[in-house]
This record gives sequence, C-alpha cells and structure tokens, in this order.
Amino acid sequence: MPTAIQTLDISVNNLSVTYSNAKLALYNANCTIEPGSITALVGPNGSGKSTLFKSIMGFLKPSQGQIRIAGLPVQKAQKKQLMAYVPQSDEVDWNFPVSVFDVVMMGRYGYMNLLRIPGSKDRRLVMESLERVGMIDFRTHQIGELSGGQKKRAFLARALAQEGKVILLDEPFTGVDVKTEKRIIDLLIQLRDEGHTILVSTHDLASISTFCDRTILLNQTILAAGKTEETFTEENLAMTFGGLPVNSLRQMFHNSEVEARYE
Amino acid sequence: MSNLIAKIPLVDWLIEPFQYGFLVQAIWVSAFVGLVCAVLSCYITLKGWSLMGDAVSHAVVPGVVVAYALNIPFAIGAFVFGFGATVAIGYIKSKTRLKEDAVIGVVFTGFFAFGLVLITKIPSNIDLFHILFGNVLGISQQDIIQTLIAGTITLLVILIRRKDLLLFCFDPNHAKAIGLNTQFMYYTLLSVLALTIVTALQTAGIILVIAMLVTPGSTAYLLTDRFDHMLGISIATSVFSCVGGTYLSYHFDVSTGGAIVVLLTVLFMVAMVFAPKYGILAQNSHQQLVPVENQAEANKIVD
Repeated sequence: MPTAIQTLDISVNNLSVTYSNAKLALYNANCTIEPGSITALVGPNGSGKSTLFKSIMGFLKPSQGQIRIAGLPVQKAQKKQLMAYVPQSDEVDWNFPVSVFDVVMMGRYGYMNLLRIPGSKDRRLVMESLERVGMIDFRTHQIGELSGGQKKRAFLARALAQEGKVILLDEPFTGVDVKTEKRIIDLLIQLRDEGHTILVSTHDLASISTFCDRTILLNQTILAAGKTEETFTEENLAMTFGGLPVNSLRQMFHNSEVEARYE
Repeated sequence: MSNLIAKIPLVDWLIEPFQYGFLVQAIWVSAFVGLVCAVLSCYITLKGWSLMGDAVSHAVVPGVVVAYALNIPFAIGAFVFGFGATVAIGYIKSKTRLKEDAVIGVVFTGFFAFGLVLITKIPSNIDLFHILFGNVLGISQQDIIQTLIAGTITLLVILIRRKDLLLFCFDPNHAKAIGLNTQFMYYTLLSVLALTIVTALQTAGIILVIAMLVTPGSTAYLLTDRFDHMLGISIATSVFSCVGGTYLSYHFDVSTGGAIVVLLTVLFMVAMVFAPKYGILAQNSHQQLVPVENQAEANKIVD
C-alpha cells in the first residue's frame, strides 16, 4: 500500500432527492467531506442518511444539485476507481455461491480487460488485502459461512483491493461484536493516516467520538457538520433525533462520553 | 458380433431408436438446447428472474405469428417480441406505482393473448400446439439452423461476459461503484434470456421452457456452494434429462417436452431431499446437532 497518496474530498452542493412516490427524502443538503479524514454520517432512521450515501455512490439520481469527488462527477470518479463501497449486511445475498476470494477479486474488475482475467498484480493485491483484514485463512469459504464480523472484513478487503481513495461504509458495526468493531476502527484509522477519505454511516453513537474526525448530522437536510468535538453536542443530537424521548437520548449521549474517556 | 447383440432383446430395444435419423437428430438438438438453458439457468436462478423468464416465453407468441406472416425466420420475430416485452415491463414499472410482479403479469398475458388473436386471424400453417408444447421430433432443418444460431450466440455472449454477469447478479451496486455499465448488463442478460427461449421454443414449447430455465440451476444450487460446480451440475442434469427425455418419449410414445421436464423435476426432487448440505435430510440432522450460526462463531473463536 502506498503511504502517500493524493487526497480527495467529496462536495455535496444543494442536493435534493425525491422518490418516485413524490416523497422528499433529502432537501437542500450542502456539505464537504474533508480529504484524508474519517467523517461520521449520523441521523435517525428515515433521515435521508442512506439516500445521501446512495447519491454519493451514484446509485440514485438526485432531482436537484450536484456531487463532486475531487472535482469530478460521480461516474467519472467511479471509472477512475476512486470510490469503494462497503455495503450494509442486509444488502448482500449471503447464499450466493461465491467464495471470500471471489468477492475480494471483484474489487479488481475495474482494472481488468473485458474478460476479467486476473493478472499477477490483481492476485497479489487480493492476497495483501485479505492479509490486512486477517481473512486469509477464510479465502476459500463461501461467504455465508462467515460470522458477522468476518463478513464485514471480507467486504472491507474488497474495498482495499480496489485501491479506492474514497471509502464509504454503510452501517459497518451492525451485527459485529466489540472486538471486531475495534479491529475495523483501527484499520480505518490506518487507512485515514495513509490519506484515504472515509465516510461512515452509523447508528452507533457511542463509538463516533473515538475515531471520527468529523461528524455530519442529518435529518431530511444537513443540520450540523464539522469537527466531531464541535458538532457532536447534546444540543445538536437533540435537534437531529428530535422524535426520541429526551431521556433515552441523554443516556445515549452520556454513554458515548463514557466510551470516549475510556478510550 | 452384431448378430449376437441383436439376439439380446433388451439391447435390441435400447438401440432400436438409433436407427431412425429423425430421432438421433432430435436427441442432439435437445441436448444442445439443454446445454444452453442450463448455462443461463444458473444466472437466472441466482438473479431471481424466473418470473421474467416465464414472461418472455409467453410474449414470443405474437412474434412467431408475425414472422410467419412476413415470411422471415421465426427466431427474429420471437426475439423481437420477447425482448420487447421486457423493455415494456421495465418502462411500465418505472412510470407507474405498480409492483414488478403485477407489471410482469399484465404484460406477458397481454402479449400472449395478442398472439392467440393473431394465430386465429392470420391464415398460416402454424400449429398452436407445437408452439405451446414443442415438437422436437418433427423439427425442420431450417428450424434446427435457427436453434443452433440463437444458442451459439447465447453461449458466446455468456462466455465473454460471464464474470460481469455474475457480478451483476451478486452485487449490482458494486458493479456501479467500479464504473461498470449496469444498465448495459441488465439488457445483455435480458437479451440472452430472450435468445435462450427462442432456442428452446422448438424443443420444450413456451409452456415448459421455463422449467428448462429454472430447474437445472435450482437443482445445482442445492448441491454446491461454488459457481463453477453449479454450472457443471446444471449442465449435466439438463443435458441428461434432454437426451433421456427425448429417447424415452419415443419408446413410451409420450410428449417429448413433458418427458424432459419430468426427468428434470425428478432430479430436482432427489437433490432437494438428499443434497449433502442443503437437502431436507441434511438440514434436519443439522438442526439436531449444532445450529449453523454457532459453527461460524466457533470458527471465529479458533481464529
């Protein structure tokens, strides 16, 4: 892995997304995801979190506004293999007859010729990526045989093999035990230090202040964005999770502070 | 030597059909159709497009009639209407609030009904029964050529695009994220689906072609966790059923398409019950031992 790579930012300008049933999912969102940092995307269910995520990845067409990755439109950035995506667990068909190795190799398809015949470099990078997430011994396993944490690591390895400089992770900590969560966080910090731009959408408020440099709070539009110390406040969270009873919210928030000190 | 063989009644009974050119021809044509269907079957079952296959098979009927009226090869008419139906389904789904299964149901029955109206109105010597149930024993040389061309194109397209198509079935979002054209893959898979149905039209007929597209892949999926093995098993069960079904249909004087699909279904049921990992028997014994989830956990602890 190269230690010094070009760092890329993501800019979201005036983005609105309307679904075909005329429901407005995201309204007038503006934010910049700083290069070479880890940014958390936080909001309640239905806040437009995954809508923003899917728009940045080009899976959804915004009805208004634009997204640029290092100044490039999303599709161009994808063609240049700049963007890697680690999907939510429930988006994956775990019964599909592919092995861990096959999945990680899919990260290399964008570099291969039409027939997708892997070269020695592709094989080397796949093995290195598997090594890095500690999944080398599981490479021949069918993906459904893995535990929750191993599944996450397999898809993280695919993102590494793709050598994307921007990595988006959708809910990476659901269904993962504390030990694996720590391991994934350590890896994300390493990747950040190598210059990757990382965006993590998460429900796990407790861990955010332990590893996210920046936080974006979202509910239909962007309510707050900036350094985690400044953005991740009780007041902002109350505004974002407005529908929740104040007590449970306070509890979530204090838990997160305790975690942070413990770290 | 040949005298000796002829004296044994069973051997005589077994080799008798091979004296007839039409039957030998029917056997190799249906074996080829079985091969093409088996390959595509793996992708269709993994993608969850069985209903789409059913839709395309019914939608080709007006195409066959129109092709006859215009005096062009039936394969062209069938392909145009089969593929056109899938485009219509995609368009209606994107423009209305209807769910996909409803749209598929409306479109394919509409196409099929239109075909029935045409058949009864346009004077032709098309036998509706042959379209519905196939007629491989009476297949003409011209139809064989069309079957071979459609099938060969299908196999070539899948051979060249097999990894992309598999990725598209497994994780279309990742395909998009690495800059591949998923729209193009969607239409590639739909066109090979339409072509395969054109290939199988003469052998199985439109009612049973869906079995040839779904059953081999489903049987194989129960038996393995590796795609290359799945492909092999699917081809083996499909070609075996096509050869065996055609052969037996001569002996017992039963419908060829019917015999092929009955064999396919029997193989499926055997796999469903006895498959080593995903069969009903294996699943029952697993439940008595250790839940599968815990086995994954156990691996992790060892790790």
